[in-house]
Amino acid sequence: MRTAEAFRMALEALRVNRLRSALTMLGVIIGVSAVVILVAIGTGAKDAIEDEISGLGSNIILVVPGQLNFQAAPTQSRLDLSDVNYVRRVVGDPSRVTVSVQSGENIRVGRNEAFVTVVGTDENIRNVFERPLKRGRYLTETDIDTRRRVAVLGSEVSEQLFGDLDPVGRQATIAGVRFRVVGVYEKVGATFGVARDRETHIPVTTAQRLLGVERVNGIAIGASGPDVIDSLGQRVVDALTSRYPDEKFSAVTQTQLLGTIGTVLGMLTGVLAAIAGISLLVGGVGVSNIMLVSVRERTKEIGLRKALGARQRDVLGQFLIEAVLLTTIGGTIGIALGVGGSLLIETLSPVPASITLWSILLAFGVSAVVGVFFGVAPARRAGRLDPVVALRAE
Amino acid sequence: MTAFEAAGLTRSYQLEGVTVDALRGVDLTIGDGEFAAILGPSGSGKSTLMHLLGCLDRPTSGVLKVGGVDVSTLDDTSLAELRNRMIGFVFQSFHLLARTSALDNVALPLVYRGVAKTERRSRARRALEAVGLAHRLDHRPSQMSGGEQQRVAIARALVGDPQVVLADEPTGNLDTRNGEEVMGLLERLNADQGVAIVLVTHEPEVANRARRQIHVRDGLIERDVA
Repeated sequence: MRTAEAFRMALEALRVNRLRSALTMLGVIIGVSAVVILVAIGTGAKDAIEDEISGLGSNIILVVPGQLNFQAAPTQSRLDLSDVNYVRRVVGDPSRVTVSVQSGENIRVGRNEAFVTVVGTDENIRNVFERPLKRGRYLTETDIDTRRRVAVLGSEVSEQLFGDLDPVGRQATIAGVRFRVVGVYEKVGATFGVARDRETHIPVTTAQRLLGVERVNGIAIGASGPDVIDSLGQRVVDALTSRYPDEKFSAVTQTQLLGTIGTVLGMLTGVLAAIAGISLLVGGVGVSNIMLVSVRERTKEIGLRKALGARQRDVLGQFLIEAVLLTTIGGTIGIALGVGGSLLIETLSPVPASITLWSILLAFGVSAVVGVFFGVAPARRAGRLDPVVALRAE
Repeated sequence: MTAFEAAGLTRSYQLEGVTVDALRGVDLTIGDGEFAAILGPSGSGKSTLMHLLGCLDRPTSGVLKVGGVDVSTLDDTSLAELRNRMIGFVFQSFHLLARTSALDNVALPLVYRGVAKTERRSRARRALEAVGLAHRLDHRPSQMSGGEQQRVAIARALVGDPQVVLADEPTGNLDTRNGEEVMGLLERLNADQGVAIVLVTHEPEVANRARRQIHVRDGLIERDVA
């Protein structure tokens, strides 16, 4: 029998039982659209976080004390400013190295008050991180050297304390000490839940005196290119380890962060896809069930076809094509709904959703495979029916 | 050439552990172009015999040749092909596909022969014209009378130019007038086209229109009157 003819017969059979076909497809439609939507959400979340990490700046290496892994408790830093200078010598280009000392503090302007992250840093922060200015100026070398009480505000801090006023040149009180605002950063958003717009930057030397510490929390290096990141990170870690043989240090790169986050979110996406896949499987069971009913219902028709010369493989093919058509038509509708749903979620809700070609192809492929897998048993039953018994069936 | 040649044909079934011998050794030859009726009360084995002749079933023992081919040498696929080529079926309850036009119903055997669509349709049209239904090509079975449906079924049996038409109680579901019409049609086909007709019936007046009456009882041929 011609394949085209088999397709025509299968389509006809589906058309005749329109409601039943539609309901059977519904299982597949829900499964496939769930796969597409959930994968889109998973991918969207991953893209958003990767954007955040890339938005920090390019080729950043964070040098932190201790061994960085998820089980270890944070290690107390013993790095101080002399170590920062040492790292600068190791790196070779001092302007590519910056530093941070952090603490949560109250900041007050008149009656307005806010709790912010005060970051003691230096003039090189602009060379390492992506931190565009909106107003005023960055911290300067002189600010650091002379321990000036000056501050550059994050956009949200500025808004909260000064509203629409231009804060540059005005006073703000941090932990009881008066500072002069010299600049305001552009809005940059959050990274890993760190609200970078709620930071206030002051000279690192001023911060150490304000907080009464000698230590620094971490050192950040901006590598000159992506290919030297790993070797430079290792060189700095080796140099620090040779200076403090009893201590451990780690260099964290964006690539590592992206890798780790990527793995976690990739797993999350996989789990979501698997859950949706289960519903696709349930849809497949529905197809199998309906096909068995259909074979039983059409026993006489099968007997007649066989009497007229249909071979086992003709009948098997006819029912298999019917099952595969059910799942692939359902799959196509499911993909359309999934893509539409993802776009809707992307536009109407804060949840990011990003449609991926692979999830669409996978969903379609799986629905076709589900059709074959769950169609085979009923189709074989149809193909093997004894024509005499089938013709007699009432 | 002979249409059917059977020697020592038996067929037993297992029914809930009990062996039922439906045919117990049938010798029968039906020649080309014959018009024969197989008669017998229900349970006599006449339906079983027809299923064997129609290659829908295989004998338990004995030899059956259809168009000279020993069916025991054929696998299921070849048997289906033999059925398609050699035999046309007419059933008591017509067995037409309900939501399919007369034309497509008639063309169905040619689908399984791999005949291209245009040729299928023109052959089906000719077959329908031959049974006097040129005006019913696009009608569905539900839009036709019983007599018309049975004539569609006869057209379907003829479309593949078979050597034999096996008709199982072809008038059983029809009133006298329509039954008469169907019988007349079968007679005409036999006379004009030389197709052998084997009729299974329990009605003597239907059987008497055949030129040969084969009486079956208790799984054996009781009488064979030519």
